[in-house]
Amino acid sequence: MELSFTDTQKMLVTEARQFLKSTWGPSLVRKLEEDAEYYSKDLWVDMAELGWMGIVFPQEYGGAGGNLIDLCALVEEMGRHLVPGPFCSSIGLVGLTLLKEADNETRCRMIPKLANGQITATLAVTEENGGLNPEDIETISVRENDHYILNGIKLFVPDAQNVDYILIAARTGSKSTNISLFLAPTGSDGIDIRAHKTMSFDAQGELRLVNTQLPLSSLIGKFNNGWPLVDRALQLGTMLKCAEMLGGAEFILDKTIEHLKQRVQFGRPIGAFQALQHHCANMAIDVEGCRYLTYQAAWSLDQGVDSQKEVSMAKAWVNEAYNRICTLSHQCHGAIGFTMEHDLQLYTRRARVQEQLFGETQFHVEMLTKNIGSLKRGSL
Amino acid sequence: MDFRFSLEDERFRTELLLFLKSDTPQPMPFPGNMTDEQEWKLTTVIRRKLAEKGWLTMNWPKSYGGQDASSIRSLIFNEEMSYHLIPGRDVFGSRMLGPTLMIYGSEKQKEEFLPPISKGRVQWCQGYSEPESGSDLASLRTQAEDMGDHYLVNGEKVWTSMAHKADWMMLLARTNPTVPKHRGISFFLLDMRTHGIEIKPIINMAGRHEFNQIFFDNVRIPKNKLVGEEGQGWYIAVTLLDFERSGIDYAAHSKRLLDDITGYVIKAQEAGDHRLSKWWINDLLAKLYIDTEVATLISYRTAWLQSKHIVSTKEASMSKVFGSETFQRVAETGLKILGLYAPLTSEDDHSALSGRVQECWRYSFMNTIAAGTSEIQRNIIANRGLKLPRN
Repeated sequence: MELSFTDTQKMLVTEARQFLKSTWGPSLVRKLEEDAEYYSKDLWVDMAELGWMGIVFPQEYGGAGGNLIDLCALVEEMGRHLVPGPFCSSIGLVGLTLLKEADNETRCRMIPKLANGQITATLAVTEENGGLNPEDIETISVRENDHYILNGIKLFVPDAQNVDYILIAARTGSKSTNISLFLAPTGSDGIDIRAHKTMSFDAQGELRLVNTQLPLSSLIGKFNNGWPLVDRALQLGTMLKCAEMLGGAEFILDKTIEHLKQRVQFGRPIGAFQALQHHCANMAIDVEGCRYLTYQAAWSLDQGVDSQKEVSMAKAWVNEAYNRICTLSHQCHGAIGFTMEHDLQLYTRRARVQEQLFGETQFHVEMLTKNIGSLKRGSL
Repeated sequence: MDFRFSLEDERFRTELLLFLKSDTPQPMPFPGNMTDEQEWKLTTVIRRKLAEKGWLTMNWPKSYGGQDASSIRSLIFNEEMSYHLIPGRDVFGSRMLGPTLMIYGSEKQKEEFLPPISKGRVQWCQGYSEPESGSDLASLRTQAEDMGDHYLVNGEKVWTSMAHKADWMMLLARTNPTVPKHRGISFFLLDMRTHGIEIKPIINMAGRHEFNQIFFDNVRIPKNKLVGEEGQGWYIAVTLLDFERSGIDYAAHSKRLLDDITGYVIKAQEAGDHRLSKWWINDLLAKLYIDTEVATLISYRTAWLQSKHIVSTKEASMSKVFGSETFQRVAETGLKILGLYAPLTSEDDHSALSGRVQECWRYSFMNTIAAGTSEIQRNIIANRGLKLPRN
């Protein structure tokens, strides 16, 4: 049992925090919102130069050969600093899926460029019904001679407006699990992408596929049997979303404590009042739960075993805990925390949206109840 | 990060489980289905067996009759003992007094008091709380007056668990009323057979006799039963707070109670029981499962810090607060799920799980109060952990 980072991971985190503190911050996040931009290309290039996009890929593809704990730690720091951009989509949703299942030619063509930040990509699963199960997918792909033709509408696609490639989950057979994956450049004919307008200005988009023709080589993984890939990609994406939220939660707790030490009322720092101290103690317990459930999920995924249970426990908890933390932080900050001028709202708005992404609480609770017997340990 | 236990630790867990299966009554009756006397008898029998294995004081150094077990090994021991509801451990002697004497005790005190603990032959109790000194323990008034060749104790203690079975008490008493409250307290070892001690039982809300009220009327304590220096008692008592406080017992008890409820619900659902075949029941069970997982992970992390000799005061308090409150939620939710059957005790023919859930619910009010209330724990988290200013 080892419940802390390795020295290398500690260094990675420290460097990431120092870099992001000096080059990124709330004022730049605000500027993006004002300019209706979804991410900063400058920051992206810097991150690529630091080798972040390659951290989890094998060295033969130009990566650093790291593991999912390394990736999780890095994403936690990004979450702490509200780093925008298609990082988790490119690396977690698409890069790791291609690494596992794409043919050699595709891997060699795509992964080195994903690993150095030259190209970006995402995964399109959800549709109008908002579901994350194979039976929820209605987008259809039909083979005609030497190509596939896709039709359908994907909604809530993470980073759809930010990427060069989209991995599309489409129905290819009559059984509910007959799903296949197709990799398409976003510039292809018959692909139309529009950005969703959300309350936290996070990047999600709509993808319209109208008789989109893709070559046979665009199929990733097995025909009609792509759901296990989607499933694993979603588990990875969910874990990384938890890491991002964990980073935000830690930051909010730190900022709250800072505020309580500085703000004076009744002649003393308000952090000396027990009511607010107990808010902070509750926030600290929530953060602790977020941290170890998230890293347990990352560790489990890294072992290569089915990790749906660990992932679902993490997301269901982090969803609720992070939003509790934001609410208590507002209570500790008083009126100033309710202003657009204060940075707290940047996190609060995002926390509420992140809760909905990759499965809201109820979705993950239902994943756990699907096999209620697995929640019970055997007797002696 | 690695969430697995080492192979040796897993081997120990297997050995322990095999022992529990062969050497303790199985199925182990729920605590509520035994009388106080039956439970005490089982405690003494199993305690001897644990002592023979060396497990009773496994956390002690070998030189004192222990096994030098890491905090992780102790964690596994306590996790399984609590989960399987096995009586027999000795919290006061092995987890509190022993480690305290190793630091502050004289050589003679160690020689006299440590071996009986590791052999499982002695019951200790903790004479701390008083009627007017609960969370504000340092305000305690029981007095120990220096009479030259002995101390004379007068006063009273309350909520003293197991005092009616105890051979010895670790006693905090005021030896100097003229100095600030934390500095006038001393730590004594008191033979419970001494003349002038009166013990009155207090029956708790679960109907059990664990607590007692103790009256001291001119009780003599020999001078060699003072631990450390006169006036050092408070500091000795608080050192104890950081020993072996992983909180795994709260987590494991919560997990076990939840498992019992889940098992009961699954069985009923398989039998086509409509009353218990509701989506909201499975929903509540899954949510509580996550809570018990969080409680477990926080206590693992606490034990891990302790195994690296890193101060874990904040984590230990988080583990205690969250674990004890989780147990309350599990018991409370169990009652909601069982509906009209919830209040039925084991004596009723229609009882569910032998009345275990109502029994646990009645007990669940204790652990958010005992050993530092949830509010005191949150103060510790905020002050010592998060460095918020003291009020």
